[in-house]
Amino acid sequence: MGLYRDEAIVLRTQKLGEADRIVTLLTREHGQLRAVAKGVRRTTSRFGSRLEPATHVDLQLHTGKNLEIVTQAETINPYGDVISRDYQKWTVASAMLETAERFTSMEHEPALQQFLLLFSALRSLSTSSHDASLILDAFLLRSLAVGGYAPSFSQCSRCGASGPHRWFSLVAGGSVCVDCRPTGSATSATDTLELLTALLTGDWDSAETSTPRARREASGLVAAYLSWHMERNLRSLPLVERV
Amino acid sequence: MYEGVVQDLIDELGRLPGVGPKSAQRIAFYLLQADPADVRRLVEVLTTVKEKVRFCATCGNVSEEELCRICRDPRRDTTMICVVEESKDVIAIEKTREFRGTYHVLGGAISPIEGIGPDNLRIRELMTRLANVEIKELILATDPNLEGEATATYLARLVKGMGFTVSRLASGLPVGGDLEYADEVTLGRAFEGRRSLEY
Ligand SMILES: [Zn+2]
Repeated sequence: MGLYRDEAIVLRTQKLGEADRIVTLLTREHGQLRAVAKGVRRTTSRFGSRLEPATHVDLQLHTGKNLEIVTQAETINPYGDVISRDYQKWTVASAMLETAERFTSMEHEPALQQFLLLFSALRSLSTSSHDASLILDAFLLRSLAVGGYAPSFSQCSRCGASGPHRWFSLVAGGSVCVDCRPTGSATSATDTLELLTALLTGDWDSAETSTPRARREASGLVAAYLSWHMERNLRSLPLVERV
Repeated sequence: MYEGVVQDLIDELGRLPGVGPKSAQRIAFYLLQADPADVRRLVEVLTTVKEKVRFCATCGNVSEEELCRICRDPRRDTTMICVVEESKDVIAIEKTREFRGTYHVLGGAISPIEGIGPDNLRIRELMTRLANVEIKELILATDPNLEGEATATYLARLVKGMGFTVSRLASGLPVGGDLEYADEVTLGRAFEGRRSLEY
């Protein structure tokens, strides 16, 4: 493809050789890419902070043999810089970046919805527009939905009977009615399900009024649901600070 | 793929940081052609290093004794502790001759995405040292990247209210560069950390 431009969010960086890094990027048009940033670890590098995690950048890339090569980078939004000054937010952002990396693992395959989801979640996090822990759960639920694993909280995931239902099943993919519930289903409180629905649909007004107990239970269900659909557990999720 | 032991050598070298498959092969063939005495000396150094070198019981820096050279030196100011990620950062700061306090080597930075949390670093040991009432200043000298920044943020929050001064190395513009090439985060931090000039 030669030389091309795209917009990206930096997901992860790894040291390479003496002074280089491999950056994993989620781009707007080309999905996930891995690119080499030469000399980026030298304090005189022209890339500076632009290729740090959670930074939203405008890039010029060159198609290399195995990996792309970053030839130019300009910051659009330095989300990572703002977020790294608040440790709880940093742990939340790490979990979001790792999730986005997992859900877009097919390199070069466009993943516009995942890109937009990550972009807006990082923006909310950096401007503190909502509670950080709620932003994370909303992001995780919507990533699951975009990935084709939309959980159902209002209807029974088996028969479609309208709820809310008391039971929740990972196997069935969300709420289940008393007749359909598989063995091993967990019970969940009504306000927890309401919170999950609010987070999935972006109803922040009702999400913000939820109780600490409902938030804790909702986070637990989201984490369980996520790990059910992932081959390997996220490394960052247990390190997230849930205040 | 090479036969048996040659491939084993390439595989072992390839596990070293910063050594890719191509470099591993190049080093392997260099060793195969090298003078046996040179190779024997390398083997001896590697063995000795693993036998003798350990980590300082106080600061975590590499040392050949229970305490490292800096922690043994009575002229060092033990009321100041400078926190760094790796032993090589101690060397870098020592070269400046600016700092006469002591160090604390964390063994890396907090990196949730790599599964490295506060418990995986030498933070508990640091807290034990900081419980000393003599401490006047804690200098956070983790790397000037976002992982280093997040680690400093975590530590600053952890020691809040303990009474001593907590400072972070100023991040500024690289000497020798042009202002117009500085990225916005570096330039922003340089503004934050500006100092008054008095004549
Ligand atoms: Zn020491």
